[in-house]
This record gives sequence, structure tokens and C-alpha cells, in this order.
Amino acid sequence: MLSLILRRLLQAIPTLFLLITISFAMVRAAPGGPFSTERALPPEVERALQARYHLDEPLPQQYLRYLGSVVRGDLGPSFRYEEYSVNDLIAQGIPVTARLGLFAMALALLVGIGLGIAAAWWHHSTVDRLFMLAAVTGISVPSFVLAPLFILLFAVLWHWLPAGGYAPGTIAPMVLPVLALALPQMAYIARLTRGAMLEVLRSPFIRTARAKGLGMRLILLRHALRPALIPVLSYAGPALAGLLSGSVVVEQIFGLPGIGRFFIQGALNRDYTLVMGVTILAGVVIILMNLLVDLAYMALDPRLGARG
Amino acid sequence: MKRLIILACLLIGLASQALGAGQTLRRGNGADPQTLDPGRAQGVPESNILRDLFEGLVTEDACGNLIPGVAQSWSASPDGLTYTFQLRPTARWSNGDPVTAHDFVFSLRRTVDPATGSLYGAILEPITNAREIVAGKAKPDTLGIEALDAHTLVIHLHRPAPFLPGILAHQAAFPVHPSTVVRYGLDFVKPGRLVSNGAYRLKDWVMQSHVLLERNAAYWDDAHTGFDAVRFEATEDIYSELKRFRAGELDITDTVPSMQIGWVKAHLGRALHIAPYLGVYYYGLNLTREPFDDNQALRLALALAIDRDILTSKILHGGEQPAYGFVPPMPGYHGATFPEARMNREERWQKARELYAQSGYSLQRPLEVELLYNTQSDHKILAVAVAQMWQQVLGVRVRLINQEWKVFLQTRQEKRDTQVFRAGWIGDYRDPETFLSILTSWHEMNDTGYASPTYDNALEKAMMEPDATKRFALLEQAERILLQDLPVIPLFFYSSKHLVNPDLGGYRDNIMDHHLSRWMARRKPTGQEAPICSPSS
Repeated sequence: MLSLILRRLLQAIPTLFLLITISFAMVRAAPGGPFSTERALPPEVERALQARYHLDEPLPQQYLRYLGSVVRGDLGPSFRYEEYSVNDLIAQGIPVTARLGLFAMALALLVGIGLGIAAAWWHHSTVDRLFMLAAVTGISVPSFVLAPLFILLFAVLWHWLPAGGYAPGTIAPMVLPVLALALPQMAYIARLTRGAMLEVLRSPFIRTARAKGLGMRLILLRHALRPALIPVLSYAGPALAGLLSGSVVVEQIFGLPGIGRFFIQGALNRDYTLVMGVTILAGVVIILMNLLVDLAYMALDPRLGARG
Repeated sequence: MKRLIILACLLIGLASQALGAGQTLRRGNGADPQTLDPGRAQGVPESNILRDLFEGLVTEDACGNLIPGVAQSWSASPDGLTYTFQLRPTARWSNGDPVTAHDFVFSLRRTVDPATGSLYGAILEPITNAREIVAGKAKPDTLGIEALDAHTLVIHLHRPAPFLPGILAHQAAFPVHPSTVVRYGLDFVKPGRLVSNGAYRLKDWVMQSHVLLERNAAYWDDAHTGFDAVRFEATEDIYSELKRFRAGELDITDTVPSMQIGWVKAHLGRALHIAPYLGVYYYGLNLTREPFDDNQALRLALALAIDRDILTSKILHGGEQPAYGFVPPMPGYHGATFPEARMNREERWQKARELYAQSGYSLQRPLEVELLYNTQSDHKILAVAVAQMWQQVLGVRVRLINQEWKVFLQTRQEKRDTQVFRAGWIGDYRDPETFLSILTSWHEMNDTGYASPTYDNALEKAMMEPDATKRFALLEQAERILLQDLPVIPLFFYSSKHLVNPDLGGYRDNIMDHHLSRWMARRKPTGQEAPICSPSS
């Protein structure tokens, strides 16, 4: 187990190095610079700004300088928010995005798995069909359609919840964004659970359990659920990392100051260091999530542990 | 379970109430500010916040008129080259320090110092040596500004500039607290450190979310400040902003989506404020390459073939005014228009066709031209409409090209690929010069490549004229030359569009679209206010 973790972390180093190199090249290849404005800067002022950010150095030197500071854990100063570092901005954005993503994933898993089990339990009944119809609809309606719809209903029409904005420490502004982010995931997880559950229920060890005379409820929850969760898990890990990027749209619509919004604004403003910082962060999160999923596999399926 | 849900909804409802209401003014403010440093800020969202945080020598009333700020009075020498300001002894920084003439000397020098990285140092150009300092040819301490004593400030100009008070109301001339700036460097603008001298001080800034200001009790006129706090929300998504206004979470919006104007007029008419705005929307023509170099007839033909009434009334319908000149209407200035503006549509089209033929194009040999705009739905619709008009009237074949903003700026400034490009300009202060100067050969905003010694000289002459009336007449002459040469095709003059909570008192539409929060308060049931500013403003 420990060797697996170590091996994975070592493998992550070249991956991240590649990620940094490619994104550095791509960001710099984009036309238009961080200081291009409608009124061109006076040359002397532009020189001062270039020097402040070392943009006057040759590109390879800038690259090495950046690489060096990343290794030390410093993602550099932001180009747009001149008084702040990318570390500052990410530290401010992570709690928002993480809360959004974790709540949404927890909700999606809880309700999704529950619905999936229920649908498998009442397999081919009206309940099953209704749930699955709802799930198919849920999957096909993306967050950016759900979000404005929620705002219209819950904020504009009924005034139950705020339409947007962020107030540190309060829950109300997070409710609609979490729902908008969770519903499509929830629907997908419900279908996944149901499918896996039905497959497991057809396998020999369940037949044995039934032959022993165990009750259906016990079979479902104790014997069938664990193996059925494996596909859900392999979906949920990357999906959680995906929520980091999926929340881009939701954060934008609800005006939440998360990582996703920094990413979009960073790209539009040619905030080189901010875009790279968020990209590196996303890379790290995806690598960590995949590792977590693998560890969870071992917990659910002991056969894997023996080999790993 | 049901009871639990009801309870939860109730709690959430209460929480959302607590978020906004009460003595906090909630303003939608477009993009997140880039910095709160008056010396380095450049955009409209930054200016809105800075006008609440800081006060210059001169400030603005609710109608955008210039009134005494930190300076309680000032006088100009007969030749218009020396201004003397008497500072208010009661002016205080938010930490209690007195605001002195030395603070202004420090701050204005800082703005023109290239090391500061200010985009707006050039706005102080009339002040002696400002241009040289920005260009790195003189030291910042040679700037024509001196403190005679703590409350007497003298500004020396190298040329007359009757609009100087307007410039001094601009953020580039706001004071910063010297010892904090020296101590913290650029970091002096962070919450907890920023010391300001306006009606409000900085309480918090959550990036990409909001900037929260609270009443500055040390402000000299604090007794008349209406709201205890002001919350500027970052609302670059204009459709979300509209929904948030409808949900009662904003008192003022930054704008109104032009696609929704019709609906808003019908349903939120009482809250809708549309007013003329000091800005011009135009198409620039690249004069450094074919087909527009050396072809005035062609430029005029294209300008005449556009039906501006259709653009403003059928496409935008948000209060924009058709533009036949380059300088928006402003008090005392009778702007020039191109002579054909008075013709009716048929005559104009006839003339356009003649000019088109005269410049060597015909149906058999049509002009093919590229129209470049930055990616945004309004610009696209306008470009499509204009392309259609040119096609219909003259048979011009137009290729529409859109680019993302920063790419667009680069393309435009390179002057290599562009033929026709979209542009707009909002006046920094209320004077024709802020518009006319951008097409001089030396201006950083001139992306047309237009370099006419006649025009430069005409404007230069107006700039040196001390008499205000004669100066306007000279500026008018310069504008006439511009419209003769037509390096740009003006389309319309901007309008400002806001939704304003009808319960908000003290909000006045004005041509600068400057709305200091200190003038506003929740409306008391009695006392009706005049909704419009007088024409003299």
C-alpha cells in the first residue's frame, strides 16, 4: 500500500513537469499580452511593468525562473491583481470551490446511490421507470441550464434564496449552486448504481446467499452494495476533480469567487501566472483523486489489495 | 421531515435578508476591480469605487457637476497658467491625519512617475513637465506642483487648460496617504492597510466577489453621508446581474443587457434609467494601407451609406443618439457634423453612390473590405447591420471578423491587417479635448494611422488658447477638419443604462455616469425629488 502511494507520487513528477512546460508554452503563444489596453501604454511605463514581472528577460530564462519558483511552492505574482500573488488568490478561491464541489459530490452520491438502489430493488416497476426517466432528464440537462432556472424560481419568483453573491460563513448563497452542480451528477450516479446493482444481483454468490434463506434487504445492503459501488467509485473520483472545472460555469452564473472564476478571468486578462497556477492545481487534484480512488478500490475489493 | 424543510427554508430566508438590506447600498459594478490604487487604476469599475474611497481637490455632486472637494476654493492667474488651491483645514484621512498640500504633491508626482506603472499619468499633461516625466526625460520632483504651506497648493501649467478642475476630479489626481505608501509599497491598498480620505473607507475585498466599504467617520462631511456601508458586487455576467436586481439583491445595476431592454421597459420601467453618456462608438479606418489611404471619397461614401437611425432605434433602442460628429453633445460646445448629415436618406445614399463610383468602385468591381470587432453580441449585431447597409447601398462585400478582446487590441494597434475596426471612447472629463486629442498623430489611442499636420496644428492652437469661448470655437474648427478627413466613421453616442431601486433617493442621471454613494440614501416616504439633472450640468 505504502509503496503504491510512493510509486504514484514519483510518477506524478514527470507528469506535472510536462503539464507546466506545455501550459507555459501555450499561455505565452496566445496573442495579446497582460498589459495590452485600449490606450497603448507610454513606452517608459511599459518598460517599468515588463521589468517588474521579468518579462524583459528571454523566454527560456523566464521559464527557468518560473520552474524554480514553482518548485519552491511559489506560483508567482498575479499580473491582473498586481498587489496579490497567485498563492493568495488560490488560497482565497479553494475554500469556495472545494466546499461547492464536496457538498455537490456528497449530495450526488448520497441521493444518487439511494435512488439507484431503490430502482434496482423495485426493478421494472413504475418506481424504477419514473426514477430512470428523471435520471435521463437530469443527465441531459446541464448545469448552465439548471442554474438560471433555479434562480428564476427560487430567487426572483419566490424570494427564498439569493440569486447570487457570496458572503463568507453563510450557507444560503451556496444552496442553489450546489444543487445546480449536483443534479446532473446525481442522475448519472443513480443510473450507474442501478446498473451495477442489477448485474451483481445476477451473480452466483447472491444466488447462494438467497439459497441460504437471507432476506432481500440484507442481501442488497450487505452483499450486493459493496461490489456494486466499484463502478460508482471509479466514476466519482475523476468526477470530483471534474467538479473543480465544472464549477467554472456555476461560479460564473452565481458570482461565487472560486477557482473556476479565477481561471476564466485569468485567461481573458492574460494573467499568465494565474492561469498556470490554476492549471497546476487542477493537475495535482486529478492525480490525487486518482490515487484516492485506487486506495478505495482496495478497501472495497480485497482481491486488488493482494496484488497492489 | 416536512417541518424540517420549512424550518430550513425559513432560516435560509432570514440569512439572505441579513445579507443585504438595511443601511448598506448594494451596487452592481461590472468587472472585478484590478487594483484600488488611484494612481494605477484604469477601468470604470475601479473609478466607481475610488470616487467613494478618495476625494480629490475637486469632486462631483450628484449631477456630476464639479464642486469643491478637499480644496474649498481655488483661483487661476489671468494667463490661466497658475492655479492656487486653498485646502479645507477640516479634511482628514481615515486614520485621523490631516490631508495636506504635501500629500497632493507626493501623490501627483507618484502618478506621473513611470516606475509607478500608471496608465493615466498622461492625463496630467497640462501640468508643467508632466509629459516629460511620463516619458522618462525628467525627474518626478520637477512636476509643476508645490505646497506653499500645509493648506495652500499651487499647480503650474505649461499651457492653459480651463478643464483642469475636471482632471483634478479624476482618480489619477486623488491623494494617497504618503507614509502608508512608503511603508507598504504596492501593498498599501490591501484591506486593513488602505488609508483613504473620501466618504468611505475600505473594509474588505473578496476578489471576484465584492468590495465592501464602510462609512469613514473622519471624513469632513460625514454628517451628510447617507449609507453606513456600500457593497460593490463584481457582476460581469450581465444576465445574472439583472436576475439579482429582480431578486431584490442590488440597488443599482452596472448596466442592462440590450437584448432585454424591451422586456425591462415593460416590466421594470419605474427602475430603468437611460441617460446620454459622454462617449462615442465609431469605426476606425486604417489609413496606412489600401483601400482607405488616400481615398477620402471612399471613406465618406461608407460613412454616408450607414443609416444611423436604424442602428439606434431599431437595433439598440437603449437611448443611444445617432452620431454625425465625433464629440458627444456637451454644454457650451456646438460640435461639428459632416455637412451631408442634414440630407435625407435618399439624398445621402445618392451622394454615397456618386462618391463610391468616383473612387473607382462599381457593382462589377466592388470594394472588398474586412470589418474587425471584438467578440460581443452587440458589436456583432451592429457589424452585421452596417455590412448589410454597405452591401445594399453600394454593393460593398464585407468580411466580418471577430477576435477576443486582447487579441483584437493587438491586431488593432499593429495597424497591419486591419481595414475597418470597431472602437469606442468614453471621455475622462467633460471637455471636447478628451475626444479630439485621441486622433492626433502622437496619441496612444490613435489606431487609424491618421497623421495630419493640419489637424494636429488646429488642435494645438486650441490647446494654447486661454479664452474659454475662443477655445471652444477653435476646437470646433479642429473637429470640422477631422470630419473632412474622416479617419473614423462615428456611429452613435453612448447612453448609460442602469436599473435603480425606486426606493433609493439621491441618485441622478448624468452625462458622466458618475454616482458617488455619499449623495444617496433610502428614500423617506415624503419629499419628491427631481429625477433629472438640469441642462446646465
